[in-house]
Amino acid sequence: MSYLTDRKRATGLGSSKSGTAHHLQTMIGAVALAILVPLFVYAFGSAIGLSYEDAIAHFAKPFNAIITGLTITVAMMHFRHGVQIMLEDYVHGHTRTYLIAGAACLSYGTIAVALFALARIAL
Amino acid sequence: MADVNRGNRPLSPHLTIYRPQFTSVTSILTRITGNALIVGSLLTVWWLLALASGPDYFAIANGVMTSWFGKLVMLGSLWALCYHYLAGLRHLWWDSGRGFELDKAKTLATIVVVGSFVLTLLALLII
Repeated sequence: MSYLTDRKRATGLGSSKSGTAHHLQTMIGAVALAILVPLFVYAFGSAIGLSYEDAIAHFAKPFNAIITGLTITVAMMHFRHGVQIMLEDYVHGHTRTYLIAGAACLSYGTIAVALFALARIAL
Repeated sequence: MADVNRGNRPLSPHLTIYRPQFTSVTSILTRITGNALIVGSLLTVWWLLALASGPDYFAIANGVMTSWFGKLVMLGSLWALCYHYLAGLRHLWWDSGRGFELDKAKTLATIVVVGSFVLTLLALLII
């Protein structure tokens, strides 16, 4: 008889070895976005079509500024996780590495630009 | 003899060999909408940057945003956001180990598709 449990025998035999943490991070971001996105659609949607002065006043309000900054940050990290999975499915070799790095640059860059813009509007 | 046929072995079947089904199309659309949302996101952040840069630059970005092209991108993004939102909730539901039965999967797929249009209309009405 075997003293190993079924789970212990199976552990580490999968083809990928890693990925649980990646999936978990994507899903934690998804739960956060499930709350943030409706608030963001309201905060941002009501700003489209405003005049320059009104739009500045709109994003100077703490609620609109914080919700917008938080949503863009979490959404771009969620994009970074998701686009990496897509690239790993369809692109191979060095191209894959370069594109994943490029997507990371795009994600962090977008976050930085958005937070800079919001800080400048609000302060 | 294991390497005799290396490079010319049959590959496991990929997407192209399967007939598209309602549930599989809704799954693929999750990925397409999620990645396509980068376009609307970049337009949004560019618009914010323009707003922070002053009235002159804002006039340009706001002009693009409220043009027929900008409106098309934003409307498309809104639908993609609603679709990806519902499909994401479906994924969280699946992660809890539920909803994999054929009839339930079909019901979930219908909810995601119909719900995405309902949510889009609802968002447009509220905004």
